Parts: sequence; structure tokens; C-alpha cells
Amino acid sequence: MAKYKLKEMKATRLGFGEALVEIGHQNPNLVVIGADVTGSVRTDLFKNAFPERFFSVGIAEQDMIGTAAGLAVAGKVPVASTYGEFATGRPYDQIRQSVAYSKLNVKICASHCGITVGPDGATHQALEDIALMRVLPNMIVLSPSDYIEAKKMIKAVINYNGPAYVRFFRDNTPVFNDENAPFEIGKSIELIDGNDVTIIACGIQVWESILAAEELSTEGVSVRVINMHTIKPIDKNGIIKAAKETGAIVTAEDHQIHGGLGSAVAEVLTQNYPVPQEFVAIKDKFGESGNGIELMKYYGISKDGIVDAVKKVLRRKSTEKMELKYEK
Amino acid sequence: MEKLNIEKLYEMARQLRRDVIKMLVISKSGHSGGPIGLAEIFSALYFNVLNIDPKNPKWVERDYFFLSAGHLAPVWYTALARAGYFPLDELATLRKLHSRLQGHPAPAHTHGAPGIEVASGSLGQGLSIAVGCALGLRLDAKKNRVYVLLGDGELNEGQIWEAAMTAAHHRVSNLTAIVDRNDCQIDNYTHVVMNLEPLVDKWKAFGWNVIECNGHSIEEFLDSVEKSKQCKDKPSVIIAKTFMGNNISFMHNNYKWHGVPPNEEQARQALSELSPTSFGDFIKFDWENN
Repeated sequence: MAKYKLKEMKATRLGFGEALVEIGHQNPNLVVIGADVTGSVRTDLFKNAFPERFFSVGIAEQDMIGTAAGLAVAGKVPVASTYGEFATGRPYDQIRQSVAYSKLNVKICASHCGITVGPDGATHQALEDIALMRVLPNMIVLSPSDYIEAKKMIKAVINYNGPAYVRFFRDNTPVFNDENAPFEIGKSIELIDGNDVTIIACGIQVWESILAAEELSTEGVSVRVINMHTIKPIDKNGIIKAAKETGAIVTAEDHQIHGGLGSAVAEVLTQNYPVPQEFVAIKDKFGESGNGIELMKYYGISKDGIVDAVKKVLRRKSTEKMELKYEK
Repeated sequence: MEKLNIEKLYEMARQLRRDVIKMLVISKSGHSGGPIGLAEIFSALYFNVLNIDPKNPKWVERDYFFLSAGHLAPVWYTALARAGYFPLDELATLRKLHSRLQGHPAPAHTHGAPGIEVASGSLGQGLSIAVGCALGLRLDAKKNRVYVLLGDGELNEGQIWEAAMTAAHHRVSNLTAIVDRNDCQIDNYTHVVMNLEPLVDKWKAFGWNVIECNGHSIEEFLDSVEKSKQCKDKPSVIIAKTFMGNNISFMHNNYKWHGVPPNEEQARQALSELSPTSFGDFIKFDWENN
């Protein structure tokens, strides 16, 4: 089994902010729009490096999206950034009409997504953003699993021509990805090979899935782990291959159970190769205050919740196989 | 593109009105009153003000025009067709399946018509887009100017005032906003649904250069556009006083004509009040000779 070392703890939002500065040196058309909170979402780094290419709109997210759309019409590559809830829920209709339907080259990059935002509580925990963005035609949706992947991802997204939503997190999280591994939008990464079951995860849950696989391997379970960094367009072939080869799927994400990564995977499975699937996600609830790690545990989306889901899906896999035999 | 003189601009405005009536009587669906009231402004914009090349809609030196109040599409489509962005006979396809003339505008690079850059229909979004476009052009030190047309009812939307602040904060002076001040919206007169007054003071307080004009006077409108171009330290807004359904007796200043098309009898009446022009109609109905 491949081993992953925890190199350090660093935030995905920092990777995003640093990458913007790197890209800004090479691409003069890169511009950033801020709706206050630039220090939090780390667009302050770009603002300081390229003040003439940074535009403040104040705490006005609807205007932020429209301004970005206009900058895209003028040939710029605009990055609009704020907290996940205010980047997607607040200006939803603006994103739908002025960006997605209008098919403009706007990058909506949100930090502070998921329950791990923690102490700020439910108002600030974006748990529906993947679902909201995923249903929009023309929109692609991505979320990195660590600081290193955040940098690679934002570079790929800036090079891609079209509307994009990228979801980052506030907390310092484990850094484990290989700097030199290739990154391609829409192409999932198999981190650990296994035969009994596959965990498909995005964001912070990728590391939690690695921990879960390591724990389960000591119990003799062979777990495959896939980093599904692109939720849309989803890697259909990767999902079907995993379903055929392992016969059971667990999805894991820091997002509502409805409409997120789990739903996207289920859509592929039901239409192509149905196998038992368990969902590790927030179970149709709003969050509450607490620190990120304790919230992940409480809501069942940390390593322990994933281990439980794997055991459950393996039981279903064996009983459903038996039922199938009986029917024959 | 060659500019028309004042006399021809008025004649074109009359032709745009005839076109709108004919389009709507064919489509049996769409907005009449607002588009009819904007004929002079669209004639002035597309045949005098805008620096455009209709055969090359993406020309890099072009002026940008955004229609924020997307339901006013019929008069925009007629102006675009008359300017040469697409064939005149396409006007008969308004709101029909697979037409580029969607009920509310869509951009050319999706399934919309040439000359359209961004979708509109959900109100209140165009000013932000215009400000963003103006900021982008200014960053590249380009001379292109940005125009955006807003409905007055649309000013109820909060995003308009967010964008008004952004434009003034960044001193976006390569932008002219035009407010179609006809005092009508779908439910009633604007002063009944949501009072906008004192509207001039509001825009001034938000840091804008405010110019008022009679939106049916092409001379006054052209003069207002010139004044907006002279202002170099603020964004400019032209508050153009218009009447919904102007020049058609039964539509004049009647908010009930916001969102409905004329039937054949009403179309016949309207066309009889708008004499034919040298530009010629895009279609002739059988009943027109009777």
C-alpha cells in the first residue's frame, strides 16, 4: 500500500493566494475582485503585488460577480473571491445569468467552505456551494485536497477558458501531495490501490480517507482511495473502473449529503454500473460553532466516519451479492 | 459605420417602432411599451453614437453597449438588424424555437444574436457588468466607451446601487449609463410600486455626473451623450424622460402595455399612426393593403 507522509500543516487558501501572485507575474490579464475580507481569503497577496489589477467592490457580492463578468467581456481573466457562502448563495442569480448562461471566463474562488470554518457557526459554513454550482450548465467545480494541490489547481483553472468555481478551506490542513505529480481538470487521482472497496473523496476528506484506508488495512481490508478534485466534469471513467474492480463505493466530503460529490458519483453509478454506495457528508443539517476538527468528528465526516461507512458498504456488498445468488 | 443625420435618425426611430410592432404581432409574445418608448434612443445609439462595426461585432476598438433591462430586447434586435448585425428577415423569428432572438437577450457566443455580449433579463445586473468592462478597458488604456441602458423600475434592485458606488469609488469616467425614465413598470406606475424620487439627487449623492434630457428628443439625447463624454472624473448617467408606448395613441404612457404584444387589430392601428419610411419594412402582412 502506498504511504503518504504528512509533510506540514498549511491552508489551501494560502496556496490559492500564493499561486495568484505567481500567475500574476506571467499573465498580465489576471485581475482580482475583492468584496472586503481579502486578508481572510488571501487575495491580499495579489492586491499588494499588483494593486492596479485589484478592484475592491466593498461588501457587495452581487456587484462583485457582475464586475467580474464585465472584466471578462473586456478580455481580462477575473478572479472573484470571498467566503464560500457569500460567493455562491448570495449572488446566485448573478452567477447563473451573467456568468454561467453568458459563458464568461470568470473564476469564482471561495475560501472558508465546509463545516471546518468552525467557530463562526452555520451562517459562515458553506455546505451547499458544490450543489449550487454543480447544477449550473457551463460551470466547472473543483476543490483541492491540500496546499500543494490548491496551487496546481488554480493554475489549471486560470488556463481553462470558461466559468469555474473553486472551493478552498480556512484551516491549516495536512499537506501530503507530491509537488511533481501531474494535475488535469476532470482527471481523478488514484492515491492508494485496493480491491475490496473504493473511497472517493474531495477536499479535506482526501487525507481523512488515506488515514481510514491505513487503519482498515491493519484489519485486512484492501481500500482504494481516489482524490476526486474535480466534481464537475466528474471523472466518469475513473468511477466506473473503481465500481467494476472493487464493487463498493464510499464518498466523502465536507458538504451537504444532497447535491455534492456523493450525488455526482451516484449519478454516474446508477446510470452505468450500480454498486452499493455510502455517503460521508453532512446529513441535511445546518452546522454550529466549534473547532474544525471536533465538528468534523461530531458530524461524522472525519476518518472514523469514513471507516464506519466502509464497513457498512462492505456488509451491503456481501449481502447484496448473496441476495443476487439466491434470486438466480 | 456611417452616422445618420438628425432627420434620418427620427425616420429610423419611426422604422424601429414599425419593426417592433411587426415583430410582436408575429411572435404573439413579448414586451411592447418599453421598446416603443426607446425608439429615439436606440436610433441615436446605433446610427450615431456608438463606434461599431456590425460586420465585425468583436472589433477590438468597438464601443460596448449593455442592455441591463433585457425585456426591452425587441427594440434592441431591430436596431441591431437595421445596423447590419444580422439579416432583417430574422426579426420574424423573435421568441421562436432555435431563433437567435431569445425572449430575453443571450450573447452571440452562446445561442444569442451578434452584437450581444452578456445575457440579461433578470434585472439589476447590467450596471455592474458595464463598470467591470469599463475598468478592464481603462486598465489597458483603451479609448472604447461603455454604455448601459437601465429601466427605471429596475432601479429597485439593490445591485444597481452597489454598482453605482463601485463606479464612483473607482472614478469610472469611460462609462455612460442611461436610465429609461418612463415611470412605468409591470404592476403600475413606478411611483406607485416603489417611489424612486428624488432620483437625480440619489445619483448625485452616489457620486455621479447626472444629465437630464427628453428621451424622445434626439438632439437633446446626443447633446447629453456629448456632455457625458466630457466628464473625466466621474461616471455619468443620463436620465432620459420617456413615455412608454410613445407615438402610439392607445399605448402612450400606459403601464399595462409593459409586457403584452399587440393583436392584429391593434397592430393595424399602430402602423396607421406610424407612416412608412424610406428604410422599408422587413415584412409586409396580407392585411396591410386592405
